[in-house]
Amino acid sequence: MLDSLLALGGLVLLRDSVEWEGRGLLKALIKKSALRGEQVHVLGCEVSEEEFREGFDSCVNSRLIYYDLFRDPLSWSKTGEAFPEGPLGVLRAICRRADPGPATIALDSLSWLLLHLPCTAVCQTLHALSHQNSYPGDSSPVKQVHVLGLLHEELHGPGLVGVLSSLTQTEVILGGLMGQASAHVLFRKPQQRPTYQTSWFSILPDFSLDLQEGPPLESQHHPDPHTSLVDPTTHLTFNLHLSKEEREAKDSLILPFQFSSEKQQVLLRPAPGQATSHIFYEPDAYDDLDQEDPDDDLDI
Amino acid sequence: MFPELNNLLNTTPPGVEQGKLTLLCDAKTDGSFLVHHFLSFYLKANCKVCFVALVQSFSHYNIVGQKLGVSLTMARERGQLVFLEGLKSSVDVFFQAQEEPHPLQFLREASAGNLEPLYQFVREALKPVDNEEATWKCPVLLVDDLSVLLSLGLGAVAVLDFIHYCRATVCQELKGNVVALVHDSGDAEDEENDILLNGLSHQSHLILRAEGLATGFCKDVHGQLRILWRRPLKPTAQRDRSLTYQYKIQDKSVSFFAKGMSPAVL
Repeated sequence: MLDSLLALGGLVLLRDSVEWEGRGLLKALIKKSALRGEQVHVLGCEVSEEEFREGFDSCVNSRLIYYDLFRDPLSWSKTGEAFPEGPLGVLRAICRRADPGPATIALDSLSWLLLHLPCTAVCQTLHALSHQNSYPGDSSPVKQVHVLGLLHEELHGPGLVGVLSSLTQTEVILGGLMGQASAHVLFRKPQQRPTYQTSWFSILPDFSLDLQEGPPLESQHHPDPHTSLVDPTTHLTFNLHLSKEEREAKDSLILPFQFSSEKQQVLLRPAPGQATSHIFYEPDAYDDLDQEDPDDDLDI
Repeated sequence: MFPELNNLLNTTPPGVEQGKLTLLCDAKTDGSFLVHHFLSFYLKANCKVCFVALVQSFSHYNIVGQKLGVSLTMARERGQLVFLEGLKSSVDVFFQAQEEPHPLQFLREASAGNLEPLYQFVREALKPVDNEEATWKCPVLLVDDLSVLLSLGLGAVAVLDFIHYCRATVCQELKGNVVALVHDSGDAEDEENDILLNGLSHQSHLILRAEGLATGFCKDVHGQLRILWRRPLKPTAQRDRSLTYQYKIQDKSVSFFAKGMSPAVL
């Protein structure tokens, strides 16, 4: 997957989200480029150099040039280490460098640049970076340049993301499902239809990529795959269907509420031992028959 | 400090992690119990704390702190706590002539539009001092809360820059921690707050998001807490990166339980 992302050259846009961070994939791509022998320039605005280099082995780190815009981007610290020409000036300087070999330029992140600089200036610089021949006076032609841009999608409106997309050759939208990261890749080859590809992957601690199958298709629609597999009619404590004998037995049964002539006779005929009876009641002398106040005799 | 929350986050005051940005976020509920937790947690962990309190008065935090077993007054006297009381000192900006810029100078000079004086205040407060008799474990910046700064007229990018610098200084240079609260209005119209919240989420290592229940108010379940670990990448624990618990705030503690497992319904 990494090879195909780097195959086209030009600008590769990595669109990530809070839940699915794209820096891991960016570092995996950087490692890949460095191992192919390319010089890697990293414009770091969001993490420190120490944190960015963590996890790379010395061979990769030696090919990596880090431009630290993290420590003091607005020169509040007044240490004098900041780049006076600003982040875009740094990018132009990378553009004009002497080394003619293939190179990779990583922007960590494009979102930081877009929040602090006008969109047009950023887009022009990106275009100049990915099409190096736009500097006619430059005497050192560069064979191929990869520009990797990390974009935090939630921070920008759809218009800006659309503008950036139109500049890219390869676009990666990071997402995931059930703890599994996925990358939807859109390739824009010149004079061809754009092609889509979806990969499921995880990034190992040494920033190599582990391609995976991805969750099964049906589970992408049902969050819990087990519910559809269990037959609800097994292990029931009652029958759902009746056999022929059982049905006959059921039909022949007279239910208690069914009134038949037979039953009527039983009810009308007086029972043999039954005699008519009366209740005699003689009120006691102290009985209180007054219904108004039943507790009157308690003398409270 | 709520021991149950420490268990969920797998941390204790002696084993405090360093160099982390923790984002506290509340949506449709009040997440200030998280601020009180982290304030008492870091004071108990013997860290030097700079507390930028823009929402409540010192005595409010002190009273809650006492319930949780820490005294802010004593911590301030022995130099462990540097307290910026936004409610009081915002008045000073207008009525007292000052030689050096006030941390909340932006209230007076709208044209400046940045939080550099506040950053310089934090930097000065947490700067290691050689001759200090007590040695604190690590510096911690606590902000309650950042959304107030937007209401006071700053842009989201200015607040993001402030946190960026605090991260570069406190987390990277001094190996300390930053904890900040942001409200999530849940309102699509409030673009500045969305940019602030998402921008901070991308910078942070740990996000604690307190949400009100979707079904409305409940006497026994006050809300749910989502915990999201972002960095560093832990490929082995990919599935456990995000956890959700429901909670109930009690007088001196908060109890957490799995979704739907409130003792009141079992």
